[in-house]
Amino acid sequence: MSTDPTTRPAPPAYARDAEVHPPLDYPGYRSTALRHPKRGLRLLPHLLTEVTGPLLGEDRISENDSDLTRQHDGEPQGQRIIVHGQVRDGDGRPVPHTLVEIWQANAGGRYRHTGDNWPCPLDPNFSGVGRTLTDDQGRYRFTTIRPGAYPWRNHDNAWRPAHIHFSLFGRAFTQRLVTQMYFPGDPLFFQDPMWNSIPDEKARERLVARFDYANTAPEWALAYEWDIVLRGREATVFEDEVDED
Amino acid sequence: MARYATTPSQTVGPYLHIGLPWPDGPFAVAEGTPEGVWIRGVLYDGAGAPVPDGLIETWQADPEGRFDHPDDPRGAVARPGFRAFGRCPTDANGEYGIFTLKPGPVPGPGGTLQAPHIDVSVFARGMLHRTVTRVYFPEEAAANAADPVLSSVPEPERATLVARPAEDGYRFDIRLQGEDETVFFDV
Ligand SMILES: [Fe+2]
Repeated sequence: MSTDPTTRPAPPAYARDAEVHPPLDYPGYRSTALRHPKRGLRLLPHLLTEVTGPLLGEDRISENDSDLTRQHDGEPQGQRIIVHGQVRDGDGRPVPHTLVEIWQANAGGRYRHTGDNWPCPLDPNFSGVGRTLTDDQGRYRFTTIRPGAYPWRNHDNAWRPAHIHFSLFGRAFTQRLVTQMYFPGDPLFFQDPMWNSIPDEKARERLVARFDYANTAPEWALAYEWDIVLRGREATVFEDEVDED
Repeated sequence: MARYATTPSQTVGPYLHIGLPWPDGPFAVAEGTPEGVWIRGVLYDGAGAPVPDGLIETWQADPEGRFDHPDDPRGAVARPGFRAFGRCPTDANGEYGIFTLKPGPVPGPGGTLQAPHIDVSVFARGMLHRTVTRVYFPEEAAANAADPVLSSVPEPERATLVARPAEDGYRFDIRLQGEDETVFFDV
């Protein structure tokens, strides 16, 4: 390694984690059939465009975005819950000031979406959309309603386990993640292709929040804790090492 | 080295439209910017049908090839009115559009230069994980030929990564599957 003072660390590459994620081709989820590339993915080196990414700030957030129970004149129906946790990277470092976006069904399992017309009423007091930034320790916190399960047509008598959709940016294009948070002990996991598509059972469990009695708000809301891990870095590489090959 | 296992991806599902679109999402550069260009296209599935429940996101350098980001060893450069990030859901016809500035060339590995390019993430119902592709520009033939990423793609498939000229910018259709399947990358 050079001691040349002009040697600067090359931008850090991120650890590859393809084995953690579901395959794009998963016959159990029928809609993947026509929506997965068949030629295979080409390895993209982590160059400047990949190790940078949008650092979105307060301008993406407005009042009540993190409290989905206060976005209308009245209170929504259902079980009020706090969902909180920490966003870290694979090296254990908190990811501060990063945008976390969520969307979800109401207490009965219905989304406020024109395409969702299963016979369960909409709640005039619930939109099901939230946004927040993590704090300087990577922590986020939402107050919302526990979403209901809902049926879909993927297979005979198919039901999605209750879940909240999460979208995260981290600090690099490579760290972008969209996922779903589940609730402990859901009896619907066994028949859910989204859940079963994750190859490693231990990885599935990482999508399940922990019931968090200590952080319940007495006489107000139950609490669940869910930590999220975005991709970490490879070991630091110095520019002169890169240049050698 | 990474020590903690990452959280797995899940699909955006059919109801992404309630959660992800932003009113200003398609504007990676402020609306009305004179040098702005539209990059429009259709997201197609393997049967050639448009995908109406998808989301396209873009990330790129500015026209000087700089990023407003501290991990760029050249330093962060902010450009007023330029977010560098675009986000647009596909409509009922599978169409998306991002209004942006054409990026400049960006340093590559070992003293090479990458041709102007835009990184693209594709999300949709029926996709358990995003797919990633890149937009290159048709008028950059020489830079494209020298680009370390594009030149690693076999010639017949390379064309799927090059946008076509359009009246107000460029056209970049994305085919998830099929004969003219877009080249996708493992990031
Ligand atoms: Fe859902």
